[in-house]
Parts: sequence; structure tokens; C-alpha cells
Amino acid sequence: VKVTFPHMGKLDLVLSDLLDRSGVEYVIPPKTSAKTMQLGLRRSPEFACLPLKVTIGNFMEAIENGADTLLMAGGVGPCRFGYYAEIQKCVLREAGYKFDMIVVEPPAAGWRQFIDTLRKLAPGKSIYQIYKLINVSFGKARILDELEKYVLKYRAYEVSQGEMTKAFKQALEVMKPAKTEEEIAEARNRAFTLLKSVEKDMSRECLKVGIIGEFFILLEPFVNLDVEEYLGGMGVSLERSVYLTDWISPSSKNIIMGITDAEIAEAAKPYLNHFVGGEGLPSVGHTVIYAKEGFDGVLHLFPFTCMPDTIAKSILPSISRDFDMPFLSLVIDEQTGRAGTLTRLEAFIDLLESKRKYKRKHKIANKCGDTDGRGHNDREGTTEFVLSR
Amino acid sequence: MMGVHATVGATVGIPQALLYYKYFPLWETFLTGLGAEIVVSHSTTKRMINTGTAIAENELCLPVKVFYGHLSDLKDKVDALFVPRVISVEKQSYTCPKFLALPDLARASDSKLPPVLDPIFNSRLGTRDFYSALFDFGKNFTDKKTRVLKAWYSAVGAQRAFQGRMEKGATPVEAIGGILVPPAKGELRIGIAGHPYNVYDPYISLNLIKKLRDWGVDIVTTEMIPPRTLEREAERLPKRLFWSFEKEVVGSAFHWIRTRSVDGIVYVLSFACGPDSLIQVLLEAEAKKRDGMPLMALVIDEHSGEAGMITRIEAFIDMLRWRRMSS
Repeated sequence: VKVTFPHMGKLDLVLSDLLDRSGVEYVIPPKTSAKTMQLGLRRSPEFACLPLKVTIGNFMEAIENGADTLLMAGGVGPCRFGYYAEIQKCVLREAGYKFDMIVVEPPAAGWRQFIDTLRKLAPGKSIYQIYKLINVSFGKARILDELEKYVLKYRAYEVSQGEMTKAFKQALEVMKPAKTEEEIAEARNRAFTLLKSVEKDMSRECLKVGIIGEFFILLEPFVNLDVEEYLGGMGVSLERSVYLTDWISPSSKNIIMGITDAEIAEAAKPYLNHFVGGEGLPSVGHTVIYAKEGFDGVLHLFPFTCMPDTIAKSILPSISRDFDMPFLSLVIDEQTGRAGTLTRLEAFIDLLESKRKYKRKHKIANKCGDTDGRGHNDREGTTEFVLSR
Repeated sequence: MMGVHATVGATVGIPQALLYYKYFPLWETFLTGLGAEIVVSHSTTKRMINTGTAIAENELCLPVKVFYGHLSDLKDKVDALFVPRVISVEKQSYTCPKFLALPDLARASDSKLPPVLDPIFNSRLGTRDFYSALFDFGKNFTDKKTRVLKAWYSAVGAQRAFQGRMEKGATPVEAIGGILVPPAKGELRIGIAGHPYNVYDPYISLNLIKKLRDWGVDIVTTEMIPPRTLEREAERLPKRLFWSFEKEVVGSAFHWIRTRSVDGIVYVLSFACGPDSLIQVLLEAEAKKRDGMPLMALVIDEHSGEAGMITRIEAFIDMLRWRRMSS
């Protein structure tokens, strides 16, 4: 058995760590590239959303590299994602590929099924052992997210451009080999030291922008044209509404974001009073929260025809009006070009900057700065998160 | 519920769009029973589509844009708008995400709308929660729970009668309007699969049903098949579909393919429809199995032209006739 899985940002780091621990052989598909996209497009249904097309491309490349078992997440709706696995199976079988598929349905679809799937992925291990190894591996994955969160926030302050990205790459390498809990704790310290040793100019008045939207687009840099690195390089300090571990974890606490699902729903309530699948409700809720925290603007990314985030986009104008905070929605599909997107981002940043100057001139209160007001300590140098034990 | 206190005799607007084609008899009887006066929006016009498209986000599907057009048709004529939040119509299922957010979408589309009445229909919850949501909504009109219950039961009765008329071969439009169903010609039979708001809105579907009938074709649609049959057929899918309405579309197509009771299937879908983009794959795979069933996917958006569609339908019908002659 050679298991494979689609790419989504740092998902390969997390899953390969997990599969190493459970002793399953696996193949990591080649990094998502233009070729992946092309392969996926040729076989995918035309109006499906981009993540489906890209992941089908990942699977095709992985099977060509020797994988025979596809690992995919399931779902119970109402977002299309919950039915992806079936469509992938259908499309790939029709294209003549031979493979098995393991679909990890969420516990909401039935605990027994969930546990059976886990047993398949960790042959010969007891439920307690599986729980243990998931817990350790997950704790490690959370650190990757913490590191990323730090990078997003402080890249804008780096003195020489590109240093933070370089340090982040090194930090991920430091984290990779850590296996035991002690090693992980030690690697975490080393990784954070690397990031903190990047020279920063904290006197800069950086714009503060929140990034919201559909998780696959947000997490996969190839698909989102690496907007985060670009914006960071332009001197924009970022906060993102989706992190991998918060997304995978069934808990509603969202440890990296530091905000619970209930709080997000409460913030969204005046505008969207029910969850709509995917990131529809979180997108609206986070926008309200960012607006209340005095962010300069919000960037909204989602794939073309995405149902939940199209709903969010329809509602964002009301929030923008009420809080006087600009937002930019970028709809991404296989036709999206880098140059066009960057031009629009540049214009957006210009707009935010002149808005800030205007507000300052007319002494309109803008609570920008380090007032997070979210109960977790997140200032330079003291990034501290509660780690799962 | 946005503090609406509609009095008896208040006019409530029901947009002739989206779930109107599924639940109008239920809603009308229920609201009338509560003491409201119903105003239904005009049937879809070019102007409505233009208004709706101008208000709506680009990426929304055509039926929701049309729905916006109907809202603006109603907004100056009524005291309140009826836009229920239909979350689920059976256990363990959802409707399309856009129905889950419909009242919020309506409010966000236009700040000058009259109050929006948005009762929640959610069968995922137990019976008790369902009725407490019903009473909450009833409070807008009356404090008497018995009156709410009475209105609800007669509404369910009206919906059943509506369902019965459709299973005898009437389209929802014919069943609502009491229009006679033209007799079958017995020559060529085409099954039309698709969402009712796309298939039966003559403006959205470019009058597909009338055109087919004018060309001497008998039609059957998803709504004419008993729900039990739809459910049973859809169970053949390897994984249960979690969207109820799409499960019905799949069920009807699977039914026609398995029983070979039609000569061909026209699958009507709107551009940018999320669920349709996936079930198209399932339908096409099923239609290719065994001897094959001719299946044409007709994708509609606000730019669809009549001439192009006529050509395609004509070609499809010709093909079906040849197929029939050669077998």
C-alpha cells in the first residue's frame, strides 16, 4: 500500500509526519504546479470549483509516481467539498486510473466509520495508540501554524526584504525531524529563535490587513499566487482567518486563531444568521471582528463558483459600509493571472494608505496597532500559545 | 425576526422564484390561514432579470439573480416579504447553501426592502423544535397557537394535493394555476431533469417545456415522480447526497435511465450552480452505462439566447427520432 494525498499548503508536512508515525508507506505528489493544474483541468467538470480540479491533478501525478491508495477527506455538506471524494473517484476511474481510496469522513457522519478508517491508516495499532500519535503529531502541526502566524504578522517589518521568508523555510526544516515531545519542544524554541533573529524595524507604520476566504485558496500558495508574501513585501502586516490545524481539528476552539466558532458566529449574526457551509460564516464573522479591531482593510479570496464565499461576498459590502473599512474580493480560477491580480492588490494598498492618511488628518479614531483584544498575548517577542499536551 | 408585527390583513409578498415552484401551495395556505393577504410577484420578465443582475454579485447563479428581481418587483407593493430560511427538508440533509442564507442575502441586496419574514424550516431538528419555530413565526400574526396549528395542517393538506396533481403529470405551474395538462401524443418522450426554478420559470428555461410540447414531444419532469421512487433510485449512489433537491434530480434521471421510460433526458442547469457542477458528473457516468441513454446538458445563464437553444434542442430531438427508427 502506498498512500497519497492532495497538496494544501503545509498539509504534506503534517500528513507525512502522521503517516511516518503510524508506519504507513506514502508518496507525496509533486508540488502543485502549472502542469498539475493542466492535468486536473482536462478531467474535471467544467463548473466545479478550483480546489477539486487542482486536487484531481495532484492525484493524477501521485498515481503516476507509484501511489495506489488515495487519502481524502469527506464531509456532510452543505459545501461541495463533502462530495469531492466521490467525484474524484468517478473522474479518475473514467480516465482509466487504478487505485483504492480511503475517505476520512468526519465523526459527525458516524463514529464507527471514523474509527474504522483510522484503523486502516494505522494497521496493528490500538485506538489509544492512534489517539496518542495523532495528539503528538497535531501538537507539532500547531507549531507550524504558530510560526506561520508570526511570519504573516512581522514580515512587513523586516529590514532587508526576503529575510523572513528565508528564516521561515529554515524554521520548517528545523521542525521536520522532531519526533518525541521533547524534541518538538526544543525544535520549537530553535525555530522561533530563527524567526525572531530576523532584523525588524518596528517603528514602521505598517498597514494591517485581514485575509479571509475559502480555506484551500488561502492555504495553497500556488493557487493564491502567494499574495501573502507579496503583501508582506509591500509592507502590509497580515492576519489570516484560517489555519490548517484549526481547520482539521474537530474542536470549535480554534487555538491558533484564538477565537471560538461561537464568537465568530456571534460577530456575524447581524449580517449572516446561519452557517452556510465552507467558510461562508467565518468569512463574514472575521470581517466584522477585523473591522472592530480597527484593521485597515480585508482581502477576500475564494474560488470561482464557491457557494459559501459567494454568499459572503454578497454580504461584505454591508459590513464595509457600516464600519467604513474597505475590502477587496478576488475570485480565483484557472484563468487568474498573476500580473492582473498584483495590480489590483497594489491599487488596494494605495487606497488603504490614502484612507489612513485622510483619517489621521481629520483625526478620525483608528485603533490600529497592537490592540488585539482577543485575550491571547501576541506581542513581538512573547508569542505564547497554549499547546496541547 | 427583525421585529415585524404584521396585523391581520397585512399584505405579504411571495417572490415567484426559487422555492416558489416547490412550496407555494404550502406557504400560501399557511399565510392565508394566519390572516395575511398574499401578493405574488409578476412572472419573470426581461426587466426583472436586468434589475436582479445589476443588484447581485457577479458570481451568483441566475436563479438567485432572478429572485432579486422579484424582490424589487414586490418591494413597493407589500407590507412584508416572505423569504423563509429553508435549511433542511428531511433528516441528515441540507438544501443549497444559498437557501440557508436567503433572508440575509435578501436584506443585504437592498436596504429599502420592507421587513423580511424569515421563518426557519429545519427538519434536522426534532419535531418539538420544528413546531416551536412555527409558533415563533405565527406570533407575527396571532397569539393563538391553535390558529397557527390549524393553518399549518391545512397548508400541509394543500401541499399534498399539489404533490398529487404533479404526480399525475402536471407541472408545478399547471398544478398551481389549475391549467389542464395537454394529452400525451405517445410519440417521443423526454425527461427533463433539473431544479424546478430553472425548469418551470418560462423566462429562465426559455420556455423549454412549451417548445418541446409544440414539437410533439411528451415531457416528464422530476416533480412528476413520487418522492419515494426518487429516494430509492438515489440510494444507488455510492455515497448519499446531502442536498435534498439535488438528490431528487439524480433520482429522477437514474429512474428514467434504469426503466428506460424516456427516449432521452434534457438536464437543465444554471451556470455557476455549485451542486449541479458535481451531479452532472454522476448523471453522465450513469447515462453511459449499459446501452446508454441520450443525455443533453443545457447550461443556462443570463446571456442565453433562444436561437442557440432551439438549434440544440432540435438536433437532440432529431437524433432521438433516428435512434428510435433504427432500433
